[in-house]
Amino acid sequence: MSAVQTSSPTPDDTRQRGPLAEVLFSLLRSGTFLTGLVIVLFWVGCAIFGEHFAPYDPLADDIINALAPPSAEHWFGTDQIGRDVFSRVIVGSRDILTVAPLATLLATVAGTALGLITGYFRGIVDDVVSRILEAFMAIPVVIVALLAIVALGTSKTTVIVVIGLSFAPIIARTVRSAVLAERELDYVAAAQLRHESALHTMFVEILPNVIPPILVETTVRLGYAIFAVATLSFMGFGIQPPSPDWGLSISSNYGMIGGGFWWTVLFDALAIASLVIGVNLAADGVHGALND
Amino acid sequence: MVFLGGQVLPGNVGRAILGPFADQRAVDALNHTLGVDRPLLTQYATWIWNFVRGDMGTSYIFRSPVAPFVIDALGNSMKLAAVAFVLVVPIGILGGVVAALNLNRPLDRIISLGGLSVTVLPEFVTGIILILIFGVWLRWLPISAAWPRDAGFFTQLYYLILPSLPLFLVLFGYIARMARSGMIEALDSDYTRTAVLKGLPWRTVIWRHVLRNALLPTITVIATQTGYLIGGLVVIETLFRYQGIGSLIFTAARGKDFPMLESGILTIGIVYAVATLAADFLYSVLNPRIRLGSDQ
Repeated sequence: MSAVQTSSPTPDDTRQRGPLAEVLFSLLRSGTFLTGLVIVLFWVGCAIFGEHFAPYDPLADDIINALAPPSAEHWFGTDQIGRDVFSRVIVGSRDILTVAPLATLLATVAGTALGLITGYFRGIVDDVVSRILEAFMAIPVVIVALLAIVALGTSKTTVIVVIGLSFAPIIARTVRSAVLAERELDYVAAAQLRHESALHTMFVEILPNVIPPILVETTVRLGYAIFAVATLSFMGFGIQPPSPDWGLSISSNYGMIGGGFWWTVLFDALAIASLVIGVNLAADGVHGALND
Repeated sequence: MVFLGGQVLPGNVGRAILGPFADQRAVDALNHTLGVDRPLLTQYATWIWNFVRGDMGTSYIFRSPVAPFVIDALGNSMKLAAVAFVLVVPIGILGGVVAALNLNRPLDRIISLGGLSVTVLPEFVTGIILILIFGVWLRWLPISAAWPRDAGFFTQLYYLILPSLPLFLVLFGYIARMARSGMIEALDSDYTRTAVLKGLPWRTVIWRHVLRNALLPTITVIATQTGYLIGGLVVIETLFRYQGIGSLIFTAARGKDFPMLESGILTIGIVYAVATLAADFLYSVLNPRIRLGSDQ
C-alpha cells in the first residue's frame, strides 16, 4: 500500500494523463479494488497452476483414510472416499473460473448488442425487445436453468448459455439507458448527416462512448455469474463429477455434516465466499474509479 | 378507488401514471426501470406462464393430481418466506436507517460493508456455514427443517429459524442499502430542513417527515426481491430438506415430471405477480402524489 501511496500523483500530473491512465491510477489507489484483485488473482493462480503445487491428486481416492479430520498430513482432512480436501479446494477453482467468465462474456456481448439496438432505434423495436427482455428478467436464473437443463441436458455449455442469456437483459438495460443519453449528442447527428449506416453509428460511434458503464456492469455480473455457477453446481445442474468443483463438493458432502464432518464442506464454502467477495470488491473498485 | 384500480392494473395505464413520478428521481436509472416497467412486466410474465402451462394435470411420478402437492408445498414455502421476511424487513430497514443517521461513521461502514458482503454470497454457502456454527458446533438449532409430525406453531418456528437465516442475509444487504440511500436523500431535502427549522423535535422530524419519504423506494425493492427469494427458496429447501415449492420444482426437474414442474413454476409466477401488485398498491397508499397525478 505504501508504495502505491508514494507514487500517487500531484494535481499537475493528473492534468497530463489521458482518461484511461486516469482510471487506471484511481483503480490502483483504491484499496477495495486491490484487495478484490489480490483475492481473485490468488484463485486464478490456483486454477492455472494448482495442479503443480497441490500436495495430492485431487481425484485420487484412499478409502482407508476416508473422512480423516484435518491433520499435518491432510491440512483440510479427507472426504468420504479419502480424497485430500486441500488439494480439491485448490484445483476446484478451475471449472468455476472457466464457466463464470465465459458466461459473463456471452452476457456482455449479447447484452451490449441488444442495448445498442434498443437504445438507438427506440420506438417499436425498443418496445418489443424491451418487453421480451423484461419478461426474461422476471424469472429467477435458477428456474430458467432448471428448465433449460431439463430440456438440453447438463453440460458446461448449457450452464454458460443459460447464465449468459439470463444476464444479457440486465446488461442490455444498462447499455440502453447509456445509449439513450449518447444518441442525443452532436457526434451522433454528425454521423447520421454523413449518411453512415445505423450499424456504423451504433458500433463505431456510440459503442466506444458507452464502454465505462458496460465495464462496470460486466464486473458486477461476473460476481453474480460465480454465484449462479456455484449454486447450479450445488444443485447438481452445473459442473459434473468427478470435478473437484466447490459447489459440487459441498453438494456431495453436506449430507454428512450432521455427523460432524465439517471439514468436507467448510473449506469449499469459504473458497466460494472469498472468490465472490473478491470479485465484488474489485467490481466496487471499478465502479468507483469510473464514476469519479 | 377508481384511480387506485387504474394504477394497480398492469399495462400502459400503470406506466403512464407512474411515469411522471419515476422521472422525478431519475437519478437512479435502476430504480426508474423497476418503478416504471414493473406492471407491464408482470403482465407479460403472467401471460407467458399461461401460455406455457396448459393445465395443472397429473404428476408423471406420483400418478395423482398435481394440485394438492403444489398447494401443500406453497404453504410450506410461504411459512419459510414469511419467517425470513418478518425478520428481514424491520431489521433491514433499521440497519439502513441507523447507517444513514451515522453516515460515514464506523457504524455506517460496518452495516454497509457487512450488508454488501453477505448479500453477494450464494445462499447455500451461508447456509452451510450457519448449519456448521449453529447446528453442528453449538447444537442450538436443528440442521434439517423437517419438523416432527403434529408440531405446534412454535416448534415449526424453531425449525424454520436456521433455513430462513441465509435468505435473511441475502435480503438484508439489499433492503438496508435502499433504506440507507432513501434516508440520505430524505435527510438532505428541503422539507426536512423546513421541519427542523420549524422547531420540531428531531424525533418527530425523523418519524413524520424523513422515514415516510425514505421508505418508498425500499418498498419497491422488497417487492422485486420476491422473485429473487423464490430462486433462493429452491436452494435453501434443497439444503434443509424442506418440502416447499422450491424443492418441489427441483425434484420435478430431476425426475422430468413436467406437469409438476410447469404448475410449480406457474404458481411461482402468480405469487410473483401478486407480490408486485401488492407493492404497487402499498406504494400508492404511501405516496399520495401518484393518486393526485392520475386525477388530472
